[in-house]
Amino acid sequence: MSNVLTKVKLPYLLLLPGFLFLFTFFILPIVNLAQTSTQTPIAGGDTGQYEQTLQFSNYITAFTENKEQFARSFVFALCATILALAIAYPLAYAIAFKAGKLKNFLLVLVVAPFFVSFLLRTIAWKQILGEEGFVVPTLRNIGIIGQSTTLTSTSFAVVMGMTYNFLPFMTLPLYASLERIDPRTMEASGDLYANGITTFRKVTLPLSMPGVVAGTLLTFIPAAGDYVNAAILGSPNTKMIGNVIESRYFKIVDYPTAAALSFTLMAAILILVTLYIRKAGTEELV
Amino acid sequence: MNKQKDATIPTIPAKARLSRWFGRNLIRIYAVFGFTYLFIPVLYTFAFSFNDSGKSNLIWKGFTLDNWKNPCGAPEVCAALGNSIKIGLLATVFSTILGTMIAFAIGRYAFKGRSSSNLLIFLPMATPEIVLGASLLSLFLVFHINPGFWPTVIAHVMFCISFVVVTVKARIASLDPRLEQAAMDLYANELETFRRVTLPLVAPGIAGAALLAFSLSFDDFIITNFNSGTLKTFPEFVYTSAARGIPAQANVIGSAMFILALLIVIAGQFVGRRVKVSK
Repeated sequence: MSNVLTKVKLPYLLLLPGFLFLFTFFILPIVNLAQTSTQTPIAGGDTGQYEQTLQFSNYITAFTENKEQFARSFVFALCATILALAIAYPLAYAIAFKAGKLKNFLLVLVVAPFFVSFLLRTIAWKQILGEEGFVVPTLRNIGIIGQSTTLTSTSFAVVMGMTYNFLPFMTLPLYASLERIDPRTMEASGDLYANGITTFRKVTLPLSMPGVVAGTLLTFIPAAGDYVNAAILGSPNTKMIGNVIESRYFKIVDYPTAAALSFTLMAAILILVTLYIRKAGTEELV
Repeated sequence: MNKQKDATIPTIPAKARLSRWFGRNLIRIYAVFGFTYLFIPVLYTFAFSFNDSGKSNLIWKGFTLDNWKNPCGAPEVCAALGNSIKIGLLATVFSTILGTMIAFAIGRYAFKGRSSSNLLIFLPMATPEIVLGASLLSLFLVFHINPGFWPTVIAHVMFCISFVVVTVKARIASLDPRLEQAAMDLYANELETFRRVTLPLVAPGIAGAALLAFSLSFDDFIITNFNSGTLKTFPEFVYTSAARGIPAQANVIGSAMFILALLIVIAGQFVGRRVKVSK
């Protein structure tokens, strides 16, 4: 009898410590963040002292003041996601189907740049694309860009940096789902007189959709909340919502606004993600 | 074979042959470009670790091995590295244990609340890092806990758990259930089956998850920046010194970590192959 009881309880016992941890350090903070977001400064208090007044208009103020940065975050994140998909899909395809014995080695190479701190790599891009690097003078000499055009401190640099940084997050899930495809399905399609493009459109791509969904989410979500690329590769004109939250938190100690912005960002992302998963029709991710 | 080839080739014009080769290898050419894009900044970082740069490592001034001989030469750089390794190891141990337990529960058992458990695992991954970092700091402030070493460890465990669960769960899902049934048929009890069949089969997944957790923790900046207070990790050191110019020693450490990680992975594959062969 007791044996049966432990058997029923076992999954819950396994879950308990981890979920207790996630409850305390993930759920509780989010609830607390929601509370902070409706607070107002204590009259006559020091900077950074707030009291709960259920001031929901914080959200409206925070949003209207930072509409531009919100829009920019989502546009930049979308551009980076599309670019990363365009680069990562052929890469993952080549590793899955064309690499032969080199498969595992190439897979390691995709992850390997992770181990050089991503900040070092982002700063390396800044220096490569900067005034003192060799790219800008060369392009100017050939005449591809104008004499006064710069590559750093532009939207282009920020999007390129994000594309670069999240590329492995896109490549790995794509590879995982492409690798699972039985090559015979593609052969069969060829036997039925489909050309290469039709086979890709009707067989390979649909079968790799779980990877496309997982990869685009793993790229889009961190990209939308990122502020490091914008801080290093951008200028004050390319500030994203992450930069605003960071400066509200640390420089202005305006916790309620930072909280309201964080919450709005999280809600916007969750809504987009839910719609996207519905539309893409895959449950495999979760 | 060769003769036949020789006989057929001249009938195809050179231009068509080239475009045919191009068409057949387009995806490979594309992949080479992809890898070049991935590795340009890595090579740059590596090259500039040999720069005789003095304080700011911006312009190439000449080749030197001094930075590699004296990686702790720049102030704070090794202290920051030490913090990152300590935090990374602790976060890896705790998140791997907690995450593996959850993965077994979700991957192995049908129970009430399984799909909401999946959701709870997915949510931290769907939350932008800045929100995770900011909300956790707010909580610590409410309880008057000063940001620093342990709050950072807690933050890292929190965001690593989900990645561990997903990785280990995938491995559990790919197990052949017949292997465990065979063990049971051979009169192994549940504990023995788990210890001698299930666990060894899942072990590579757990090792992969641990490696992933360590690299996520070691490289994290956003969440760390919120919760570390005056403590400086290696990414924070790089970020704050970026304005003044990063010392070449940071490039040395970045490059050394890269080489070390490659060696570990290659060694792991080698061991894996030997285990397979000896079986």
